[in-house]
Amino acid sequence: MVVHQLGPVDIDRVFAALADATRRDIVTRVLQQEASVSVLARNYDMSFAAVQKHVAVLERAQLVSKHRRGREQIVRGDVGTVRAAARLLGNLEELWRSRIDRLEQVLDEPSGGDPPCPSSAPRPTPSS
Amino acid sequence: MPVVSTTPDTEQLTLTVVAEFAAPPERVWQLWTDPRQLERWWGPPTWPATFTQHDVAVDGSSRYFMTGPDGEKAHGWWRFLAIDEPRSLEFEDGFSDDSGTPSPDMPVIRARVELAEAADGTRMTVVSRFATEEQMNQLTEMGMVEGMTEAMGQIDALLLAKV
Repeated sequence: MVVHQLGPVDIDRVFAALADATRRDIVTRVLQQEASVSVLARNYDMSFAAVQKHVAVLERAQLVSKHRRGREQIVRGDVGTVRAAARLLGNLEELWRSRIDRLEQVLDEPSGGDPPCPSSAPRPTPSS
Repeated sequence: MPVVSTTPDTEQLTLTVVAEFAAPPERVWQLWTDPRQLERWWGPPTWPATFTQHDVAVDGSSRYFMTGPDGEKAHGWWRFLAIDEPRSLEFEDGFSDDSGTPSPDMPVIRARVELAEAADGTRMTVVSRFATEEQMNQLTEMGMVEGMTEAMGQIDALLLAKV
């Protein structure tokens, strides 16, 4: 079962992985068609080892997966993770709508007093 | 619904959100500048925010973390670029690592907040913008990749936590 729910820690990794133009290009290619590392390496003016390192970064971010086929390492794009990452910008709107709803709720309370502890938002505990 | 309009601009990679509140600008201002009030609405209920630092001054910075359902922490930072109480404030919002140190390679969102007096209270305009062209390219290309994929599923609200 593959459930694509990126937590913020994963998001960091995804953004870091995609911050590099070569890695973005690799992801775009292998989403369209899987490719071996050696075939990928022909597209770039860098060593096989360097491309392999880029693929490893993408693999840790779960943007691609690697599969051994004979002597070759086949790289495949992980559509779910890419999709989830791309949704971030689109979801900014939804995020602001929910923030503004909460903001209005806080505004509606009488000001000056101690705010009640919202039951839906438990305070973090140091032990957690 | 207090939201008047939301206008995404995919070329400029900005999102403009306009909302109206039945309270004067001075009161809405407090919700941005008082960390105890801010943390009650900044994070989603499942990822409540805790601001450990909130220095509302030009070049002042904030440190915050959000706590997930399993106690997982997601750290972030703000840096204030402009402040005009109670009319406007502008800040950068970025990612931090697990120790709370800002992560320089992560996308940074620049937000400009304007509070204007309206007939019934306050009209708030928030413009969110990605800070650098590289980050814009990053997201644009991700959007293109996205376009090649099939219909999208619902992304968990947790995804929103750090935006």
